Amino acid sequence: MATDWPILTADQVKEGDALPSLSVDVSATTVVLGALASRDWRPMHHDRDFATNQGVRDIFLNTPSQAAWFERYLTDWTGPLGRPGRLRFKMRRSVCPGDTMTFTGVVTGVETDDVGCCWARVKIDLMVGDENMTPCTARVALPRNPSDNPWKRQGADWKP
Amino acid sequence: MMDLLEIPDEIRSWIGKSLIEDDAGFEVERGYIATTCASVENGNPIYWDDEVAAAITEGPIAPPAMLSVWMRPHYWQPGRTEQPMPLEVHFKLKKGLELPEAIVTANEIVFGAPVRPGDRIRTRQVLKSVSEPKTNKLGTGRYWAIDVEYYNQQDEWVGTETYEFFGYRRD
Repeated sequence: MATDWPILTADQVKEGDALPSLSVDVSATTVVLGALASRDWRPMHHDRDFATNQGVRDIFLNTPSQAAWFERYLTDWTGPLGRPGRLRFKMRRSVCPGDTMTFTGVVTGVETDDVGCCWARVKIDLMVGDENMTPCTARVALPRNPSDNPWKRQGADWKP
Repeated sequence: MMDLLEIPDEIRSWIGKSLIEDDAGFEVERGYIATTCASVENGNPIYWDDEVAAAITEGPIAPPAMLSVWMRPHYWQPGRTEQPMPLEVHFKLKKGLELPEAIVTANEIVFGAPVRPGDRIRTRQVLKSVSEPKTNKLGTGRYWAIDVEYYNQQDEWVGTETYEFFGYRRD
């Protein structure tokens, strides 16, 4: 078993910390693979003619794909002990093949809830050029120390 | 602003109620988990290494953001004559309010117990709210919000997705 994964503990994080940015070149495959992986068969995610006839410039990333990108971005930073609790995002503009999306993030708060779970709040922006296509806020549970594991929490001890 | 249909009593009566309960019709499976991770190049070892998954998550799990994957119906299946709608309450609202266009304005996902391969996920769709008429650059219409609650075969809550829509007519 690989044991060299990063462990980000809550005491290593503070408000204002920036997450490493991530840039991804979006291709038609990115869009179609994301749609198929999420069992989304609607034509605007694989048929350019359909999409352009709807007034969009091309096929575009669907909602669950964007959620999956946000989750990946978040847990690239936390490591596998980071447990996502909540994601909220608004898709202002469509992300299409040919775009380069850049994810940036900043910690907006760190807190411990009443059952002792440590949380980081993170603001993430999915940018294409200078345009914020999808602003997102996330809440992710972090271990208090290397022996803590938010994934062990269940029932009343998990308050996302 | 163009006149909109008043909210029919039937639709008002839907608010706060579970309107549609459904089963995904298939078990959570690892092929979709791997395809989803590949689609966003997610190398988190809990999804790729069973020993890591055993140590951290007590066995393999699906990425939490995959929730909606487990509620989408098959594109086709024997005996079915109509294309199923994955978020049926939304389409009932569009029809009932006579608002032919709609966009998702925001999406929120709250994650509960981990979803694991072999789970059978069922969903409940709850209409949370329907707004008064609004006009924006798209047209005139109404905002509405729908919760999709997800449970596993032990009736354990595994997450809730809230979809916020703007349904409208072009002015």
